Amino acid sequence: MSENKSLLRLKQITKVFSKGTVDEVRALDKINLDVDAEDYIAIIGSNGAGKTTLLNIIAGVYPPENGGRIIVNDKEISGLSEYRRARYVGRVYQDPHIGTAAKMTIEENMAMALLRGQPRGLRVASDKQRRELFHAALAPLGLGLENRLNALVGTLSGGQRQALALVMATLSKPAILLLDEHVATLDPRTAQIVLDLTEMLVKREKMTTIMVTHNMELALRHGNRLIMMHKGRIVVDMNRGQKADLAINDLIVAFERASGEEFVDDNILLPSG
Amino acid sequence: MLDVVGHVLSFSLYEGLVFGFVAIGVYLTFRVLGFPDLTVDGSFTLGAAVTAVLIVSGVNPFLATLAALGAGLCAGMATSLLNTKLRIPALLAGILVMVALYSINLRVMGGANVSLLREVTIFDQVSEFLGVSTRIGYQLVVAGVLAVIVFFILNWFLRTEIGLALRATGDNEQMVRGFGVNTDMTTILGVAIANGLVALGGAVVAQGQGFADVGMGIGMIVMGLAAVIIGEALFRPKGVARLLLAVLGGTFIYRLVISVALRLGMAPGDLKLITAVLVIIALAVPYLQKKIRREWQPPAARW
Repeated sequence: MSENKSLLRLKQITKVFSKGTVDEVRALDKINLDVDAEDYIAIIGSNGAGKTTLLNIIAGVYPPENGGRIIVNDKEISGLSEYRRARYVGRVYQDPHIGTAAKMTIEENMAMALLRGQPRGLRVASDKQRRELFHAALAPLGLGLENRLNALVGTLSGGQRQALALVMATLSKPAILLLDEHVATLDPRTAQIVLDLTEMLVKREKMTTIMVTHNMELALRHGNRLIMMHKGRIVVDMNRGQKADLAINDLIVAFERASGEEFVDDNILLPSG
Repeated sequence: MLDVVGHVLSFSLYEGLVFGFVAIGVYLTFRVLGFPDLTVDGSFTLGAAVTAVLIVSGVNPFLATLAALGAGLCAGMATSLLNTKLRIPALLAGILVMVALYSINLRVMGGANVSLLREVTIFDQVSEFLGVSTRIGYQLVVAGVLAVIVFFILNWFLRTEIGLALRATGDNEQMVRGFGVNTDMTTILGVAIANGLVALGGAVVAQGQGFADVGMGIGMIVMGLAAVIIGEALFRPKGVARLLLAVLGGTFIYRLVISVALRLGMAPGDLKLITAVLVIIALAVPYLQKKIRREWQPPAARW
């Protein structure tokens, strides 16, 4: 069975918001998903499909409803709080402000990131050796950040901060990388830089990656697997072979066939950005 | 005339250093952690009360001062536990502990005040040890040595791995949690250390003035804020070390202005009103400036 080599397994994951009120929303509905170690999954779906909720469940922002299980490397992590899961899960958010600390320097941010999931002690957080490591990790961005280690992160542009957030999320090589529309707010050129960097890092560090996006073109171009969500369910799940020759129109057809609904979200057709 | 100037300056320097501990505590909570902690008024008196009672009962004044630090740590821990474990808003948690401490301080002292006039304090011991008999001389030595110790410990601590996590908690809590930091723990630690420093200030002030009084902490939080704001505005510090020095400098300037105003005939009772007005102006000016320049944007959240 493929189950044994799955790095991440989600079993019967349901999440209901505002339970028992008129506003009750079933954001995730009995999701089952096996993610292989080498998977780079692009998840698309319209607003409210449950994409971000799924990432939040994996990261431990909130627990799934009773009975849902999250298993990483055959170890159940459903009961672990967010900070305890940090050693398995790195994450980049849509908003560059969330992934970096503005009032601290680039060096201090990197030093925070370096100790992901490890106990923190009374050692001064950054020394020469660590600075060299930060320098080497930032240089491939081509943004010159490696020479500005003492600059406050708040003085960087949104694109620079997002690139830094990506480097920080991957610095200590978590098993799983979650990307939550991480280029959606960037200008096209910066978005491309961050996307190229993503490809490079995912390949180099062999991280299992789940990327949520609104952008079909992006989902087709990146990753070896494509998942489409709708109303809290996975309605399409394609591997590399199936998605290889696909065009956006084929995706829409696949969506309509799977969900039994007409595709109406204009938002999702926005060109890459 | 020069005598008076020298006296006012040196006395303000002494006060700037001892009340500087309070200001650094306020700086740690309000600025570093983003935790508006009002425990301060209570923990300042707690430090004074604990030290005074221990000294009267014969404990070594240095140990009594350390005990005050410990009591302050506990007070800060109480506030931050209410906030992190019971989800009581920070402002309210601080007020609750501050009010509770009023009763506790009365119990500790067994009354509204404790006199230290005939007791041996750290000042007396240092005076004897160094052979310095001028009051302001040994006061400055005691306050200066303590300030240097606090400065070096904090300047080191805030740059350690834990210290970095603590600062990042105030800057971007969501991010640090994502990197595996238990932000409840860093908050508890930070608020505890802050109140420990405040209590240390209370302990030294009580020994310097020769008594502890249940009302001596009133307005400490506002004084601390005023000192922090003055320090930031005048010195525009960057980096941990300069920030700490700026807060001490701000406290000195604040105490100097107060001393001068009192010499010029300001009624001591008006002090807290004037301080409060100063803080209000300092907090309102940046907003009003932005408002006038039409740059103001509503904040994402407010305390």
